[in-house]
Amino acid sequence: MLNKLLFAALLACSLQAQAKESAADNYKTYCVQCHGMEGNGKGINIRDMSVNPRDHTDAKAMSGRSDETLFKAIKEGGSAISKSVLMPPWEGALSDEEIKDLVQHLRILCTCKFGT
Amino acid sequence: MMQRIIFSSLLFVSTTAFAADGILQKDCAACHNLTGPAAQTLKEAWAKKGPGLFYAGNKYRQEWLVSWLQKPQRIRPAGMYYGDHIKPGPKGDEIDTSTLKDHVVLTKADAATVAAELMKLKPHDDLIAKEKIEPGAISKDEGEKVFDKFWGCMACHLIEPGYGGFSGPELYTAAQRLQPEFMASFIRNPQAWEPKTWMPNKEVSNGNLQKMVHYFEVLSKETANAQ
Repeated sequence: MLNKLLFAALLACSLQAQAKESAADNYKTYCVQCHGMEGNGKGINIRDMSVNPRDHTDAKAMSGRSDETLFKAIKEGGSAISKSVLMPPWEGALSDEEIKDLVQHLRILCTCKFGT
Repeated sequence: MMQRIIFSSLLFVSTTAFAADGILQKDCAACHNLTGPAAQTLKEAWAKKGPGLFYAGNKYRQEWLVSWLQKPQRIRPAGMYYGDHIKPGPKGDEIDTSTLKDHVVLTKADAATVAAELMKLKPHDDLIAKEKIEPGAISKDEGEKVFDKFWGCMACHLIEPGYGGFSGPELYTAAQRLQPEFMASFIRNPQAWEPKTWMPNKEVSNGNLQKMVHYFEVLSKETANAQ
């Protein structure tokens, strides 16, 4: 019985590991459409938007957001942090772990940390 | 005599099915997934050259398929995976139209044969059965206010030929080409159909799903009237 449980747990872990995508690939797929190839907030979708997407290379603005706030914005959408509804919730497409990795990816793009 | 008629009929049916399968394999399979499953990784999703057709019978309106295959017009302004068709520009990213390819054009007879064959592909009857779209109406203004400003659909989708975003398929002919239950089901849970789609699940309520489908019907009627 224990063996079976262990096997099932290992299988679940390996499937999860297999399904996890890199932050760079997730950014390229889900974020670039609005935040742009260079992360500067100038994606192909912005022409008719009422609010421009965040410039992820803007160290000043990005350092004003904690990792927890960024995580919440990606997971639950802009409205969860009182920002634009045009930023959708990505909870249905990304795991918590992938969102955490994306937050770190944003820190690389802005070359900044919260509060610096 | 009777046997001959039966034999000829069977021969005709099997020849037609064979012809359809021939066209599907020759002209469609290189760009469209005809057998499933949907892309399970991002790299598989990026490699798609056209939408998966293995659930075409759950998705499309047959009469639209017949018409569109004879006169195809671009539905996704930035191609199947937008990432392969964009380039940096002076004001931001732009669509690199030089990388986009036109869809093949079929004859009337081939279009009808292929559409009939595609409509047989229905692996997601279970998802469709969960949706029921009641007849209803919504004004274009209300639809725009609720769905474009509140839900932000227009961020990624064109809602009229010159207005909206580019990374998703245009919405102004959506109701002409798609079955209402498919629209509702896909919006309700895009990842249930395509696990790696870049369409978010916005947790749209049942009531708003109904209104949204009615709004797409308004947009499509307006598009048809303008043509």
